[in-house]
Amino acid sequence: MAKQKGPLSQIEKFRATFFDECAERLTEIEDILETLPEADEETRSERLNELFRAVHSIKGGAGAFNFEDIVKVSHALEAALDHMRSRQITTSEDAIEKLIDGRDLLADIVDRVKAGKKAIAKRVKETVRSLEALFADVELAGAESAEAPSTEDILETAPKADSKRFAIKFKPTARLFETANDPLLIVRELKALGDLKTSLDANLLLPLEKLNPLESYLMWSFDLTTDASRDAVEEIFEFVADACALRIEEVSIEEPETASEAEVVASTGPTPRVPPPPPSSPPPTPSPQNTPTAVGSEPPPPAKVSSARKITSVRVDLDRIDTLVNMVGELVITQAMLEQYGEAVALHGGENFHRGLETMSSHMRDLQDGVMAVRMQPVKTVFARMPRLIRELSRKLGKKVRLTLRGEDTEVDKTIIELLSDPLTHMIRNSLDHGLEMPADRLAAGKTEEAEIILSADQRSGRIIIEVIDDGAGINRERVLGIAVERGLVDAGAELQPEEIDDLIFAPGFSTAEEVTDVSGRGVGMDVVRRSVQELGGRVTVLSTPGTGARFIMALPLTLAVMDGMIVRVGDEKYILPLACIIESLQLAPEDVQTVMDQAQVVRHRDEYIPLVSLASLFNVGGGLLNVSDRLVVFVETGMGKTLGLVVDDLLGQRQVVIKSLEENYLHVEGVSAATILGDGRVALILDVDGLEGMIVPMHGFQSRAAINILPENEVSP
Amino acid sequence: MTTASNQSNGAPVLPATLTDAEGPKSDDVESQFITFSIGSEEYGVDILVVREIIAWTEVTQLPNTREFVRGVMNLRGSILPVFDLRCRFGMGLTEVAKTHVIIIVYVQDKLIGILADSVSQILVVKNSEIRPVPDVDLVVDQEFLAGLANSEDRMVAVLDVEHLFDPEMLRDSVDKARSMVAKGESNGD
Repeated sequence: MAKQKGPLSQIEKFRATFFDECAERLTEIEDILETLPEADEETRSERLNELFRAVHSIKGGAGAFNFEDIVKVSHALEAALDHMRSRQITTSEDAIEKLIDGRDLLADIVDRVKAGKKAIAKRVKETVRSLEALFADVELAGAESAEAPSTEDILETAPKADSKRFAIKFKPTARLFETANDPLLIVRELKALGDLKTSLDANLLLPLEKLNPLESYLMWSFDLTTDASRDAVEEIFEFVADACALRIEEVSIEEPETASEAEVVASTGPTPRVPPPPPSSPPPTPSPQNTPTAVGSEPPPPAKVSSARKITSVRVDLDRIDTLVNMVGELVITQAMLEQYGEAVALHGGENFHRGLETMSSHMRDLQDGVMAVRMQPVKTVFARMPRLIRELSRKLGKKVRLTLRGEDTEVDKTIIELLSDPLTHMIRNSLDHGLEMPADRLAAGKTEEAEIILSADQRSGRIIIEVIDDGAGINRERVLGIAVERGLVDAGAELQPEEIDDLIFAPGFSTAEEVTDVSGRGVGMDVVRRSVQELGGRVTVLSTPGTGARFIMALPLTLAVMDGMIVRVGDEKYILPLACIIESLQLAPEDVQTVMDQAQVVRHRDEYIPLVSLASLFNVGGGLLNVSDRLVVFVETGMGKTLGLVVDDLLGQRQVVIKSLEENYLHVEGVSAATILGDGRVALILDVDGLEGMIVPMHGFQSRAAINILPENEVSP
Repeated sequence: MTTASNQSNGAPVLPATLTDAEGPKSDDVESQFITFSIGSEEYGVDILVVREIIAWTEVTQLPNTREFVRGVMNLRGSILPVFDLRCRFGMGLTEVAKTHVIIIVYVQDKLIGILADSVSQILVVKNSEIRPVPDVDLVVDQEFLAGLANSEDRMVAVLDVEHLFDPEMLRDSVDKARSMVAKGESNGD
């Protein structure tokens, strides 16, 4: 499929990389902004520096591609951050809110630009203004202190009394271009600081035929009148410090303009065509990693130290990883096949062959784990979006909420991470909108004014369990039932267990919101959650205690690629039972089985009555064993923590299987989560224990949908 | 069968829409159909939607599905459903033998297998020669036919594969199967 697109041109590749990078940086910015309010003094300034760098690299890239809107907004963000950094504005809630708005807009524009659309000019302007307003409030910063290029018209304001004047000489080396910096952006930034006079010295420019396009020949002299600090001026050159010759001098306002001859400090980059330093220039600087050398400057800000970061990760196309994963999958199948043959060979004196096979299978497992690990990511990436969602929603709804995150480092397959975001968002919206009470109601109920939502991730028996726990009012069963009856989801007279009522909120077309809000309540929410989770081979359930809160539990497979399974036989069919859900298995004796209420059968096991489910009758499979005592019961655990006894004919052994989608070419099959290919090339279905349970639990007042008798007379094969 | 599978090797990947039964398109354009037999009847599918033709292989049954869903098979790592066309047309389950074939076709981005008795030939007809289905009582629901074409002295019913196994219909059939199970009716013969 991917091949059809044809090779990307070089520029398109760069573009793609730029957008990739933007996405990463934007996530980074979001992350940092979320944690900023809690950060202490020291980490705060470090975080601000990180923010600044992230925004700056977006701006730099956008400048190179001429994405003006991105430059505008990122510039405004940068300016605001800069002021924050120099502590002219505090990191107040409001300020962070505005920064977040700015980031959102930036993300929006990046998306639009990526899709080749124009940004909404009005929004750009508004956001830029609101960001500017942030530091305009601060008395130190004058109106023209840090204007974005969009507001150039108000730049020509008279210098204030405390204005300073800087004479700046700037001679970029070729390295500046190599590092994808653009002098124009620097000039714009300078201009944003105040009143700027620019003169270009093109004396070094060679005739066109001798010109090396990769070399830098131009230099500039700037005369900047600003009330920004010297630091602020130096900041602008921060990222090009090692790629230019620079001299910043403060001159008195009255002083006439300094001579404009080519007066440049010694270059640090490998520039062959730098003119010999004129006598008036300061002594050449010894270190190549120099910060802008300015006469009488203070020690450089600490931020500059961390410019050289070690590369510890590689960006790899997901397609490539997928190819690798697929390949390993096929290998696993082949290996399973070889193992089958190998067993036969071993019987005839081929022990060494067999040993070799065993070694190979252990290597295979390592290889597979390794490849899978490449796809694993911490759930943090999804969780990080939630604090913000909660803040916005709680503001909109007028509720007070505290969010606690747990287990953010739990790792899960990237595909699942991506698909997790929507259901999780729905669930949190649901909890906030329907679960949590208004502050006043909470106080009246003897609870704290501030509600709590806990979002936790945990790895349990090969699955990832994600829980959204709130301490709200719980599910209002009376109302839920009323609505369900009203919508025709349940018969009026039906008697339902409390849990069954709770489960109704997942029914299609169910919405308890009395009016449609833009938060939740379009009647799709929880239904969509359940469906999308099921499509991932997971399940979602709710446990609710009226008055004290609700707990949504989402259980998902850790990976969509492979799993350990037990092959079970029922009649002529083989099925795979996920190993993770098997508790134990045992042989049935007729006297163990008891019939309850004339239809359900249970088995007494370890002082517990466990419902029995005959796979043969559930799936209408013929040709099975007729004698109960010949059959096996496998105890499996469902997502709700219930135990179920699956009656099967035989256990054929454990195998690692590659999970293949049934839905890709067909449809979802009840009781089946996916399929796999066995060593003989045949397809085997992977059982979905929760789905199986769902098939026997009478729903909405219906009779049980499948007979679960396992007595011989019901087992007549068709 | 040999000719057909040779031909289908180069079949393009993307499905093409089938000729409309109602209004024949640009008259002189020729269409190619792979024809196959089910019992004494000949059916044809647009060659452009046929990906390949393979000999019958054992399929894995799916629980609680309609009878004509024979099960799923493995086609080089993809899992796809196999439908029994004879059964789909209400003529009972096919008693499969090694000589039966599965025609793999693309329907709405999905790969499905159609079980047929044997593949006959590649039929080339002008679009103008495909006639609408007359309004008579056929065994086959008329909505699944795109038209009728003549092959020498035989009549070939051109199938509208998109309609025949479209997902909505299948979903519907799954529900039906479920309710049959729920009512305790036998799903088999």
